[in-house]
Amino acid sequence: MAIAIGDLKDNELDILKEIGNIGAGNAVTALAKLLSTRVDMSVPRIKILDFRDIPEILGDPEMQVAGILLGMNGDLTGSILFILRLEAAHALINILMGRDISQGIEFNEIEVSALKETGNILAGSYLSALSTMLNLNITPSTPELCIDMAGAILSVPAIAFGSWGDRVLYIENKFSDGNQDVGGEFFLIPDVQSYEELLKALGVVI
Amino acid sequence: MDNVIKVGMADMNVASCPDALTTLGLGSCIGLCLYDSVAKVAGMVHIMLPYSSNGLGENNPAKYADTGIPLLIDKMEKKGAIKNRINAKMAGGAQMFGFKPENDIIQIGKKNVAATKELLYNLNIKIIAEDTGGNCGRTIEFYSSDGSLLIKTIGQGTKTI
Repeated sequence: MAIAIGDLKDNELDILKEIGNIGAGNAVTALAKLLSTRVDMSVPRIKILDFRDIPEILGDPEMQVAGILLGMNGDLTGSILFILRLEAAHALINILMGRDISQGIEFNEIEVSALKETGNILAGSYLSALSTMLNLNITPSTPELCIDMAGAILSVPAIAFGSWGDRVLYIENKFSDGNQDVGGEFFLIPDVQSYEELLKALGVVI
Repeated sequence: MDNVIKVGMADMNVASCPDALTTLGLGSCIGLCLYDSVAKVAGMVHIMLPYSSNGLGENNPAKYADTGIPLLIDKMEKKGAIKNRINAKMAGGAQMFGFKPENDIIQIGKKNVAATKELLYNLNIKIIAEDTGGNCGRTIEFYSSDGSLLIKTIGQGTKTI
């Protein structure tokens, strides 16, 4: 029997938050290495959201963002969503490629694959921290990129929850480099079936 | 100033002339708009999934096409609409990420479109215009004054259907 979101206790939510801390901490370290710059991370937030509020997690649902989505497979299932504002996506590409020309709405093929690869590296380091800590086998799927309205992108992982309940749990980490050029959000969205697995692996008796 | 009533994800609302309804950043979900042009009553439901029978646990009727559409018609009738005068316009059902087609969740846009059409057909409600599928997010505004539906996208401009 899966645990419903409403059944999660405060201390269990704190533990899930800690997962966000460890996973995202590792991912941010990987990003800092990749960009050879300092990257700061905020304290993770756990958001249990009604569906109606999901498109507005980042404020304006119509804001144009780059979303990189990966599935989690193995002992834990769910999604990882990495969101960059458009300017941040361009800044990231410029740093990665050592040039200063990426701009506008369109991304060329190389830029798209640079963004996907960044998603891959971040998700890989996030999950490897989790795997090690929890002693669970978790692997990310191939990343997919979508550049569009924030609301439309944020709704994709939520739909997977639609048949389980009316709310969804997002573990959110914000990060940015020292100059605020490259900033974004990292969301871990475990499937409902994975809550129990997660808490068990952490030694929480349920 | 006319009111623009916001409809969230898995949410619905009804507007009487001259108010309008809007939903922002629609992806794979469906923005179904129903209209009675005589009573000038407009309804909008933001459908996430096709059928409630596949659902477990908590339940919100606006989330599913099969429970959301009849409930929206009920609400419109309470505001003076008559069912056999109602017609439909729909938008959404996009595939936002390019995953392989065998992934169920990614295919949800298409399934939502198909289920919504089937349910409207069974309810004898005619679809007079649609802008569905593709891979872009949409913001829609539905006007109760004339039943026009404005669709805004980032890459493909703005149109009215």
